[in-house]
Amino acid sequence: MLVSHGLTKSFGKGEGLVRAVDEVDLEVRAAETVAVMGPSGCGKSTLLHLLGGLERPSSGEVVLAGSRLDQMSERALARLRRTAIGFVFQAFHLMDELTARENVELPALLAGRSPRAARRHASELLERVGLGDRAGFLPAALSGGQRQRVAVARALSNDPLVVLADEPTGNLDSAATRDVLRLFDSLHSAGQTLVIVTHDPRIAATADRLISMRDGAFVDDTRMSGGARGSLADLADL
Amino acid sequence: MQEVVLAMLAKEPSHGYELRSRLREALGPVGEAMNAGQIYVTLGRLEKAGLVASEREPGLADRPDRKVYALTPAGQQRLAGWLAEVSWPGPAPTEFHLKLVAAAAARLADPLGIIDAQRRELLRLLRDTQRAALDEPEDSTAGLLLEGVTLRLQADLRWLEACEQHWAGHKGTS
Repeated sequence: MLVSHGLTKSFGKGEGLVRAVDEVDLEVRAAETVAVMGPSGCGKSTLLHLLGGLERPSSGEVVLAGSRLDQMSERALARLRRTAIGFVFQAFHLMDELTARENVELPALLAGRSPRAARRHASELLERVGLGDRAGFLPAALSGGQRQRVAVARALSNDPLVVLADEPTGNLDSAATRDVLRLFDSLHSAGQTLVIVTHDPRIAATADRLISMRDGAFVDDTRMSGGARGSLADLADL
Repeated sequence: MQEVVLAMLAKEPSHGYELRSRLREALGPVGEAMNAGQIYVTLGRLEKAGLVASEREPGLADRPDRKVYALTPAGQQRLAGWLAEVSWPGPAPTEFHLKLVAAAAARLADPLGIIDAQRRELLRLLRDTQRAALDEPEDSTAGLLLEGVTLRLQADLRWLEACEQHWAGHKGTS
């Protein structure tokens, strides 16, 4: 579904050269949830930007469903970002002057859907994230957790091949985090392909696969399937 | 376990199976795998120690579980002492810390590899606990226990991050 080969992004020159992302090979399968964890500055956000075509790699390839992102024209890339990729950011990035529903339908309108179809789909998505009754609210009238759920609904607006999320729980308190965790868990169950970069272990724990990143490179890649050795029942050791 | 069984019995004299269902309600998914035999073994010990007394219920001779247990005054005293006692389970991660120190000092193993393995295990446990917690209703008492477990796991995982930074910086120097 989403593949990278030798993906590299460097900043600076000569002595000051920094490889924020250093020869990363990644293969994300359809319906898989992958979490990339690592300390701040390890390059995980840059990696997400490269995977989503928000930044161009210094070298290496990014392939989404057979298309080479790194070779695309700006125009083609912009179109692909609108139609095939959903983004969720830490700071929500909603349009303040638009209602929740308008925020969610905007990507569909930009992708050329009819206003009626866009509106219907936006209403469905807001129901899906549990905000059907808040469709007419401006972001300022919503809590942080609700805003992030609107942002997730917006990311799903064009039925993207993959949703890329950068610290989706980074600005949320624990109750709001719970709502967002539930939502990501349900996206996962519904077969949505997801890549999440985070240092919040709670959201990372919803993934099938966990990648640890240090200094721009992957140092650990683990499938999370199967139970923990220490199970819940061991906690009842009285 | 002894004090826990005394505490479950404090409400009213009860059958063993009633204690078990009270315990399971309080623990939720954490209590699911709990061995019923453990409660009966503990009740037997408590009775021997004079902390509980049992009475056979008349007219139910064919039921295996026909004893009703109650706290004795000594049992009540022990329970009051337990409630008043200040204790907090879960020691500091001293052993794990020393494992990393030893691994680095003697070059027995890469501390970062040990940290990665531990993180995987904690994340799996966090995933299982979190799933169970999300399945509990909003005001569930058992959910509160799961919340405590997830918060501790998060703290442990944060500490592992600090370990990782420390030992990544000390690679080959200790």
